[in-house]
Amino acid sequence: MTIQFNKETFRDDYSFRNSDWAVKRFPFPFHEDSYMYSVNMEQHRGGPEGSVYEKRFDVDEHYVSEMEDRAIVLAEDPLRCQSLPHMTLAGWDTLELIMVSKSEDYPDLFELHRDGDRWRWINKPMGIDQTFTFLDETTLPCGPLEYITRQAQGDFAVLDQRNDMLYMDAGMVTTQADWSLDFDIGMDFFEWHAPVPLAHEMGIFKRALKFLLNVQQGSPARRLNWTMTVNPLLDTSPENYHKWGVQKSTLTPENIGAKQHLRVELQTFYRLPRSNALLFPIRCYLIAFQDLVTVPKWGRRLHRVIRDLPEELADYKGFIDNRPLMLDYLSQFDDGLPTSPGVWPDLDTEPPLNK
Amino acid sequence: MSAAPQKAKAGAEKIDVTVSDVVKLNELVTRFEFTRTDGKDFPPFSAGAHTVVEMNDDGRTRLNPYSLMSDPADTSKYAISVRRDDEGRGGSLFMHNTVKVGDRMTLSYPVNLFPLDLRGRKHVFLAGGIGITPFMAMIAHLERISVPWELHYACRNKDLGSYVDELTGTYPSKVHVYFDDQDQKIALEDLLDGQPLGTHVYVCGPKGMINWVHTTAAAHGWPDEHVHSEEFLAPQPGKPFEVRLCKSDITIQVGEDESLLEAIERCGVEAPFLCRGGACGQCETNVVEADGTFEHRDHWLDEDEHASGKKIMPCVSRFVGKTLVLDR
Repeated sequence: MTIQFNKETFRDDYSFRNSDWAVKRFPFPFHEDSYMYSVNMEQHRGGPEGSVYEKRFDVDEHYVSEMEDRAIVLAEDPLRCQSLPHMTLAGWDTLELIMVSKSEDYPDLFELHRDGDRWRWINKPMGIDQTFTFLDETTLPCGPLEYITRQAQGDFAVLDQRNDMLYMDAGMVTTQADWSLDFDIGMDFFEWHAPVPLAHEMGIFKRALKFLLNVQQGSPARRLNWTMTVNPLLDTSPENYHKWGVQKSTLTPENIGAKQHLRVELQTFYRLPRSNALLFPIRCYLIAFQDLVTVPKWGRRLHRVIRDLPEELADYKGFIDNRPLMLDYLSQFDDGLPTSPGVWPDLDTEPPLNK
Repeated sequence: MSAAPQKAKAGAEKIDVTVSDVVKLNELVTRFEFTRTDGKDFPPFSAGAHTVVEMNDDGRTRLNPYSLMSDPADTSKYAISVRRDDEGRGGSLFMHNTVKVGDRMTLSYPVNLFPLDLRGRKHVFLAGGIGITPFMAMIAHLERISVPWELHYACRNKDLGSYVDELTGTYPSKVHVYFDDQDQKIALEDLLDGQPLGTHVYVCGPKGMINWVHTTAAAHGWPDEHVHSEEFLAPQPGKPFEVRLCKSDITIQVGEDESLLEAIERCGVEAPFLCRGGACGQCETNVVEADGTFEHRDHWLDEDEHASGKKIMPCVSRFVGKTLVLDR
């Protein structure tokens, strides 16, 4: 399949759009009509053809524009990419994993030619042709982690593993749901999750850590997470809260369908072979409410999930003030009919909206 | 979450390999080298990782973990060194007596329970006997990235000193060898006192040696996080016993020289595992009911958990008594 890359923005005029193809393959995160935390991990070994789960690192129509947005963020704030000195090898692991995966999964878009340590990398969508020496930083324009994650959608946290604990010791974070690499750098797993409500009491993080410490080479895992974003903003960082936070108060009954976006993170977990670090890619997908409700099952279900979500979660996810407005809008797309189990759109089997 | 959630498989992913070389190093230790049967390169691994070798011993499946000792940067082959254990349950004897060049075998993907702390400014290795193997890979890695290290290697005698000549020949100023039969002993206290800040110590060898290093380092003010150890336990034979697996709704017999985990697998029940040596925690199993005495041998559960009688690590631990019911 050849992908047509959109020319679009995630700031200013917000020209970001999902094609029909992107809407149908959106990673809708709710497998039933309610939501509560769970560790919800599964193996990351492909998925249905055309779905965002199929490839190791999904490339879609937003690729080129997302990389342009990342370059803007980095130009304004270079600390969005950091790597503590002992994490350089993990950076090379990341570069190798992404280059090998993309060249194998998208041979029409990416090529990797290896002759011993002499590597040539071709990224056709971004017009890059780079020859370099693997494990020799002086042969790349920047460090290996920054180099490859300027060419890969989603954020990347690189976690060092020692003494049965994970540490946030490197990363590239420009498309985040309100957390900061610069603030979290060097923290351990429990420290950087401290702000999350309810989950600690439920023992979620203890179980999640145990799982993650045991993610093994050759057996990557994945899960979904979600939140809400007004306007299709990739960079909802604490550093720029003064710019985007205020936009949450611009919703009206007239504009909510276009402005309010469900934000879903496809989180994957890879044991890196040379460094034994854990790579944690966090890929962000955005969809406007008005596009999401074109899938009748998703419209019904999203209304029910948002309606019944515990207060603490609506508050933590930052949309408690807008919840009444969201429910007014979404209730138009909930006719009370039952929904089929699972996350898939089921367009052929679910009845159209009867309202 | 997405499609039907896939059930996690027991153990790590596997690689089909062909034995490419068998090198007898001395009376007790033999090195085995493997290439991939499909002709591809092996995945890179991190120094300190082990692989679980799957042996087909006349219809009986044996799974033994061995440290990868080849250069982690060389993806054309994997190598392990196996010490023959005449008192053991037969895995090492099978390797020594039966495995030959050209044989097909199966290895697990590398799993690292003994990684280098890459923040270390210097790494000090303390090896006892066959405990030298993970350090062979660590030394190759540190040489490549030019980070200081030194090795202190205790062997029974000159004849049993696997890789002594190779190591002292290549790194004469960094390798120190001690022969028991010449009453040579690692001067551990002096060694620990003389290290620069940021040094990490690693020990691999018999249990007594590991305890000695941890205790001495702690007494000299070393932080726990700077002292690393790995000891693989081989399951020990014991009296046969009967176990009820309540989830699977079967009762099984554990034979004299098989482990509880092996007996569970033999009866067709899939149980999680990784290291099979009491270290990784993957096979931790809840005890539903027990009337008897546990023989806990793992490093995973703490003393309170051992005393509670509520958990068992079936890869190395056993049971003597009337009734044992497990949540499996």
